Amino acid sequence: MSALGAQVRTITRQRDKTHPRRIHFGKWGTISLFVLPGMLLFALFVLVPIAKAAQYSLYDWDGFGPLTEYVKDGNYQRLYDHKPFRSAINHSFFIMFLSLTVQLPLAMMLALLVGRGKLRGRKIFRMILFVPFVFSEIITAIIWMYVYHPGEGLANVAFGTLIPGFEGQTWLGDRDLVMYSLFGVLTWKFFGFHMILYMAGLQGVSKELEEAARVDGANELQVLRYVTLPLLGSTIRLTIYLSVLGSFQQFAIAWILTRGGSPANSSHLISTYLYKFGIKTFRLGYGSSVAVVLFTISLLFSLGYQRIVLRRDYAD
Amino acid sequence: MKKFLPVFSVVLAIVTILSLGLGSTQPKAAAQDQVTITWWHIGTVEDQGAYWQSLADAYMEANPNVTIEITILENEAFKERLVTVMQAGDPPDIFQSWGGGVLWQFAEAGLVRNIAPELEGEWKDSFSAQAALELYGQDGEYYGVPWTWGAVGMFYNKALFAEAGLDPEAPPATWEEFLAAVQALKDAGITPISLGEGDKWPGHFWWVYLAIRLGGEQAFLDAYNRDGAFTDEPFVQAGEYLQQLIDLEPFPEGYIGLGYGDQAGLMGDGKAAMELMGQWAPSVQIDNSENGGEAIQGNLGWFPFPVVEGGAGNPGDVLGGGDGYAVGSNAEDEAVDFLRFITSAENQAAGAKIWILPTVAAAESAIEDPILQTILAARNSAPYSQLYYDQFLPPAVGQAVNDAVQGLFEGTLSPEDVASAIEDEASFELDE
Repeated sequence: MSALGAQVRTITRQRDKTHPRRIHFGKWGTISLFVLPGMLLFALFVLVPIAKAAQYSLYDWDGFGPLTEYVKDGNYQRLYDHKPFRSAINHSFFIMFLSLTVQLPLAMMLALLVGRGKLRGRKIFRMILFVPFVFSEIITAIIWMYVYHPGEGLANVAFGTLIPGFEGQTWLGDRDLVMYSLFGVLTWKFFGFHMILYMAGLQGVSKELEEAARVDGANELQVLRYVTLPLLGSTIRLTIYLSVLGSFQQFAIAWILTRGGSPANSSHLISTYLYKFGIKTFRLGYGSSVAVVLFTISLLFSLGYQRIVLRRDYAD
Repeated sequence: MKKFLPVFSVVLAIVTILSLGLGSTQPKAAAQDQVTITWWHIGTVEDQGAYWQSLADAYMEANPNVTIEITILENEAFKERLVTVMQAGDPPDIFQSWGGGVLWQFAEAGLVRNIAPELEGEWKDSFSAQAALELYGQDGEYYGVPWTWGAVGMFYNKALFAEAGLDPEAPPATWEEFLAAVQALKDAGITPISLGEGDKWPGHFWWVYLAIRLGGEQAFLDAYNRDGAFTDEPFVQAGEYLQQLIDLEPFPEGYIGLGYGDQAGLMGDGKAAMELMGQWAPSVQIDNSENGGEAIQGNLGWFPFPVVEGGAGNPGDVLGGGDGYAVGSNAEDEAVDFLRFITSAENQAAGAKIWILPTVAAAESAIEDPILQTILAARNSAPYSQLYYDQFLPPAVGQAVNDAVQGLFEGTLSPEDVASAIEDEASFELDE
């Protein structure tokens, strides 16, 4: 601690020579007191693990004993050549793309329906629509395993009753279908969350502005397009951010529903790939290289998005 | 930002020093008269949990200075927690182990105790499942012992066989006869084979057994020791023979999406005629059936995996596995003594009452169920006993087998693709 104090003192001396030293040390002491514990934990549980993962990713390491087999970029090379990993990256982007184009608009529509307006029983609808988000991810996945059961699951029975001549599908066993099936569950689970955010955002949209637009002769669609949505801008930007990161970090539902990438590693996301090929196989070095890639993607997106898109929201 | 950086770098330095310090402090267990044995098992089924508890109680009564702390974990949870404590260098004293590659990996890292000095002699000679015992050690060292061992074979419903005009007392012995029986069952409107391939491992038995029949011990050892490869003829042929079976469409509707529970349930409800499974199958069939296994009880039979004409394997070779307990590196002598107590003839005989197929010769007479007796005979007389691939091989290769074979069932991989997918992982993991 004394080393820190000395350093802090030096800095303050250099920066502000005109003011008495004592007050400045007090200020810095206070700051340190507040910042240090948090920063210590942050460093210990976030920064050190990241640095460690980066280090492990350069070794062929099974998790036991010391790091001995340095393989340079061998893990990354192997990653690049592994087809399931490439498809995992594609799938993560696929889920992200559908989330943005289907899930968020759906959440917005429902928020407009039940968040305001004169719909009867909208409070009840609001509650029902939010229920899926309350379930844990594990419970959600297990419920949907029954829904997607290839024999007498709800999905096959329901479609079979509604659509004459519908053939029962192997929702989770067919590689052309499995990602859509998974996306369906993710939408069911998470649209309620975005809907709530939109509803909260709608509270802040002034009725007077919309009314003024109507008086000026705008129809309802125009009011929505030119008044309501722009005013919801910051909420929408936030949900896009959360949705993208959520898509990349999704694990539990995908892992359980696809039983670890079934059929035959055709349905991995980056995170399930990491768990299966990095952890379950005792290849911690290899798994670390996946983690580094996932971390890099998330970090680049996060920084870029915050700097470019969210900037104006912070400035306000 | 400029003010922030120096503070930050100091913090980082402190953290680094701290984490280094934490890594090097290892608590050392002091030798005491009072001994605590930590024991992790996966007997989540009620009567098994009670059985282990009764052994611990009996041992503690006879040895008042010993306390046995039992932790019961579900199978998958156990594997994950074990890896965590192993990586922390703090193994339990006695823990569930299937032997083979995973256990050897622990041994190389010095995380298990060599019990060869205690084992040699009377204790070692008491085992009838010698092939199984060998999987708990290598190079003259032993790290644990098996307490149950069985074999995978074909369970079949005799009533459904009779319904399809097949002789229920003369099940198919060769692959040709087997395919003919499948066709006959199909023609009679019966689902010939139950399979929950969503879980992968139930289907991989088929491919592995065909590889055993076609290539025998030699082909596998060659591939494992890298004198050969998993792309060698028998392994490609295994896929081709399995393809013949898949082409007959003998499996239940949507089987790629079903799990093992579904597979067992179809057998228990009498809705499918056969399943290829280990010795535990009957109790799981009943557990997953709709009305207490009424449809299967009294009708269940067992026969060994069919022989493939011209294959290099011995018809008596079996694929199997079981459970054992390994001893952690920090374990006291009492833990080894307790392990000897677990596998005593008397306690093994008590286990046989609750469907534990014993590994000790003196306990075998306690088995009354005729199917278990048949499986026991097949196990003991097998000239070559292949442990499940996913236990014997490095985990990544075992996983590749499961995944690739699922691709064959799904129709997306050819027999050659399956062999080369496995070889890809094997060459990466096994080549020095």
